[in-house]
Amino acid sequence: MNPRLRWRKFVSNFMLTMTGLCAVVAVSVLFFILGYLVYHGGTSINWNFFTKLPTPVGETGGGMANAIVGSAKLLLLASLFGVPIGFFGAIYLAEFSGGTVAYVVRYAADLLNGVPSIVIGIFAYGLVVLPFKHFSTLAGGFALGLMMIPITLRSTEEFLHAVPRELREGAMALGASKSRTIATVIVPAAYRGIVTAILLAFARVAGETAPLLFTAFGNRFWSPGWGQPTASLPVMIYTYAVAPYDDWHRQAWAAGLVLLGLILVVNIVARGILARGIAVPRS
Amino acid sequence: MHASVRPAVTVNITPNIGSGAASQAAPASLPLRMTISKVNFFYGSKQVLFDVSLGIATNKVTALIGPSGCGKSTLIRTLNRMYETVRNARLEGEILLDGQNIFAQDVTLLRRRVGMVFQRPNPFPKSIFDNVAYGLRVNGTKLPLAEAVEKSLRHSALWDEVKDHLHKSAYELSGGQQQRLCIARALAVEPEVLLLDEPCSALDPISTAKIEELLVQLKDLCTIITVTHNMQQAARISDFTAFLLTGQLIEFSPTPQLFTTPSDPRTEAYITGRFG
Repeated sequence: MNPRLRWRKFVSNFMLTMTGLCAVVAVSVLFFILGYLVYHGGTSINWNFFTKLPTPVGETGGGMANAIVGSAKLLLLASLFGVPIGFFGAIYLAEFSGGTVAYVVRYAADLLNGVPSIVIGIFAYGLVVLPFKHFSTLAGGFALGLMMIPITLRSTEEFLHAVPRELREGAMALGASKSRTIATVIVPAAYRGIVTAILLAFARVAGETAPLLFTAFGNRFWSPGWGQPTASLPVMIYTYAVAPYDDWHRQAWAAGLVLLGLILVVNIVARGILARGIAVPRS
Repeated sequence: MHASVRPAVTVNITPNIGSGAASQAAPASLPLRMTISKVNFFYGSKQVLFDVSLGIATNKVTALIGPSGCGKSTLIRTLNRMYETVRNARLEGEILLDGQNIFAQDVTLLRRRVGMVFQRPNPFPKSIFDNVAYGLRVNGTKLPLAEAVEKSLRHSALWDEVKDHLHKSAYELSGGQQQRLCIARALAVEPEVLLLDEPCSALDPISTAKIEELLVQLKDLCTIITVTHNMQQAARISDFTAFLLTGQLIEFSPTPQLFTTPSDPRTEAYITGRFG
């Protein structure tokens, strides 16, 4: 084997090892975090954690049932608000708007995506909390929903653009109107990507703490309806982690584990549903 | 810039039946399904078709041939107004379908009457059945779907291959089967004219042969216009051939005549393989 060839084989093997290593690291981060959470919080997870309210300061035990339900309500509200706006906005951008409008909206969405979440919180505080004169689930859901809009919009638009032109033309050549083409061919062709994007947006805001601090605020009790301040897992983690009690620290770890677990479950269920449809093969 | 280059040969709207370019009218026995007159076509300020006029004979196969970029795809895409999906595209001239101006009609109705099959098979991400039924559903048909789907799949010679798995994904079919599925999909709405834009360019020779055979049979159902840059294919399947070069219609004749005794030296140069 001549030296040149040997060198090339060496470089090839070296790069292959490096890329493989990076892939392993990327995946193992998730497992590392999971393991760390289980190690610290696993012992605090029991039936009470899911069913009981937090105990008063000084007493051990109790749970975060109100925070789990609170987070679910906040995320439901955020999705109901943010996903449709992002989704239909993306359809307009990708299918109907002219170049200039699309450019401006896209740019604005990117900027909105870059707005620090605490600023979103202040905005929701000014717009929803102040007029209603108290913190509420509604205000928290609104803040989180705002954050979902740009993520949903931009990624949905990308996936719509990625639908092959031939599919559009195929539908239109059969006498389908533009709206019909979008509803029956383009969105179905892109929906795997779109749902993945929505899940990412969902997971992203599920862990947001800052926008909730002065919108949903927090609550050590149940929060009936939508107009009361509510507990949520990320805010609970924040409050419990900075408190000086060991039991609270363990519960904060447990809350982190539950939050991650819930996001994983939503993700897996959604992917299970997705797998049933027919995907456009990559060409 | 406006049509500064005129076709050197005056092209009659009907193919040159008989010998030489002198013969003018088509025989009375040749009714025309579509008439294209003096079509100029522009993408922005770039003109890609110059004064193209030709008649499409009913229930015949008309082939458009020419080198890449000659405008044959553009021409076929004017016939169902598919060019309108491209920004800045503009057309001057007149195109008639059964004597009616296609630009005066609702575009979705026009596309039901003038079906199209594309270069690459483009089945929808749906089942085989739903692909064929798509056009019928869009058009709100009252016909029983299952019968109509079977009929179309039989017409496109695909029925025997797919009848046992109609509800499988269309992407599980081979490329050639996918293209025949697309033909079935187009046939399902019973178009009067079927446009095919290089339908075999992405297929292997065996699939190509099947589609060619199919097209010849489909003549009885509808009028067929096909774009190809495969001259042998045009010679095998078409009744009339139009030769385009740089946006101009150079020659339009019955296929045997165009390939054996072309009247224009450029046609001869092209079909003998001197360029293109």
